[in-house]
Amino acid sequence: MQSKRTVFPNKVLPYMLLLPQMAVTVVFFLWPAGQTLLSSFQRQDPFGLKTTFVWFDNYTRLFKDPHYVGSLGATAVFSIATAVVSIGMALILALAVDRMVRSARVYTTLIVWPYAVAPAVAGVLWWFMFNPTIGIFAFLIRKAGYDWNHTLHSTDAMILIVLAASWKQVSYNFLFFVAGLQAIPASLKEAAAIDGAGPLKRFWTIIFPLLSPTTFFLLVINVVYAMFDTFGIIDATTQGGPAQSTNILVYKVYEDGFIGLNLGSSAAQSALLMIIVIALTVVQFRFVERQVQY
Amino acid sequence: MASIELKGVGKTYAGAVRAVEGVDLAIGDGELVVLVGPSGCGKSTLLRMIAGLETITDGTISIGGKVVNKEEPAERDIAMVFQNYALYPHMSVRQNLEYGLKNRGTPRPEIDSRVAEAARILEIAPFLDRRPRQLSGGQRQRVAMGRAIVRQPKAFLFDEPLSNLDAKLRGQMRVEIRTLQRRLKTTSVYVTHDQLEAMTLADRLVVMNAGHIEQVGTPTELYDRPQTLFVAGFIGSPPMNFIDVADLSSDNLTHVQAGAPGAKTIGIRPDGLTTTANPQAIRLETTVALIEPVGAESHIHVRWQNRMVVAQMHGRPGFAEGEAVTLYADPGSIHRFAADGRRIG
Repeated sequence: MQSKRTVFPNKVLPYMLLLPQMAVTVVFFLWPAGQTLLSSFQRQDPFGLKTTFVWFDNYTRLFKDPHYVGSLGATAVFSIATAVVSIGMALILALAVDRMVRSARVYTTLIVWPYAVAPAVAGVLWWFMFNPTIGIFAFLIRKAGYDWNHTLHSTDAMILIVLAASWKQVSYNFLFFVAGLQAIPASLKEAAAIDGAGPLKRFWTIIFPLLSPTTFFLLVINVVYAMFDTFGIIDATTQGGPAQSTNILVYKVYEDGFIGLNLGSSAAQSALLMIIVIALTVVQFRFVERQVQY
Repeated sequence: MASIELKGVGKTYAGAVRAVEGVDLAIGDGELVVLVGPSGCGKSTLLRMIAGLETITDGTISIGGKVVNKEEPAERDIAMVFQNYALYPHMSVRQNLEYGLKNRGTPRPEIDSRVAEAARILEIAPFLDRRPRQLSGGQRQRVAMGRAIVRQPKAFLFDEPLSNLDAKLRGQMRVEIRTLQRRLKTTSVYVTHDQLEAMTLADRLVVMNAGHIEQVGTPTELYDRPQTLFVAGFIGSPPMNFIDVADLSSDNLTHVQAGAPGAKTIGIRPDGLTTTANPQAIRLETTVALIEPVGAESHIHVRWQNRMVVAQMHGRPGFAEGEAVTLYADPGSIHRFAADGRRIG
């Protein structure tokens, strides 16, 4: 393809214009990241007086630590469950809006609201509702015969953080699905109806496959969200407990580094998280961006 | 195959907007009926009501003698070809053709033989494993028709299927649709706003205007004896010239009223105007404003009493723009309409 390119004579100006952004990237990303990498190879004494270079010792210790392996597992469960629940809920709500003729806009606006709630506030909200002593939902669940207590039962705790995290993310997913559904021509659904496909069959054979680029994109975004943006929710609800069952990687970095003051281990965990982020970004660029557009 | 019968069919949207009203129409088995009319006349709505994509608020629609008002589109056993083709983009051409058969639980060997047959008829066999986006407009159109014919439905419904094609391809596909329909003898309803397409395809034409039927008849009937001013103006290209009787001189008036008194407007087809002098004819003293040569014939736009009249003549009559020309119209060939727009005589 031929595209017209404008050539500016000034050779220095472009770099000057790039400079602020570059400075921000270097100061707030590259430098701290370098520091993290460096300290992930070091061990400090408790008083911060002596620092020894220990090569990969911090890393090997991590993988021998059952708490870290457990945290990996909890993160996997949490992020996949959050992605599935929030994508599923958002899809159901978007399908409902797609069928609405009037008031669809009001409904859309209302569904988008939770996105504006800060993670910590969302966490507190759900913590209150499910609080074993004062929570309304905990009360109702107990009435139904189940002894809900997320401070004691690890499954309850996991369900609580998954609910709180997905609730916030539903809004985002919902908007993408609404847009995705609107992009599917009505005549395709009509053609399928005439071709003898009932509503469920139309959904699974026509609508869902046509939404698959959106769904895949959201899957990656939601996993990233659950892994990295849910610190506030966990800190406000379970703080990683009970018995480390909801101590996901991001929370563990904070806990080991800032509470436990084990900076070397915390830095090594950060480095591993960085690798996960890079991997997910690669997946997103290679598969999502190149997804077939119908 | 089946006949389709519409009795007093109407559609009212919420807010009392009447899109279609009082439509009575009987479509015979194997007949190709074209619904034609300007945008917003209700022709597409009517077709979608037959398909079951729009609810019917008044009257009944029956297909093959069975009232289908309450039936889902799938239960009506009809096939529809959409304006944008509506091919499933994530399926191959073969899967597109198979989809409707699979949904109805057709056994595999029969699906294969029907798809092969449709592919052969429409010459799309080489593209069966391609995706719709890899096909040209004309090929997509064929696949859309293939999807309709594999089902062997009671009726085909066409919703402006050729309007996304270029002029040349449109002419070619028009002939193919006509040939195919003759061969399969499947009852068909075809919606278009293109009157040339309508005239050439239809066994019978239904001219619609503002939600109701203006006239039903064969293309020649509609051309030769339009029953209303609207039909007269809609069918034929260039369109019929309308002249208010009040503007005519007394000589001309005598000729007009000899046929039937009470005419308010007369209509003269462009090909009904000649330069051959005739004392019995209506006589118009005109000035040539514009000449459009259209190959074998020419359209002469003339000014008569401050209005434009168009005459259609063979070859290239050697008029110059601004030249005074007297045109004659045989009273036998003119159309007379009363004040309410109905035909007289």
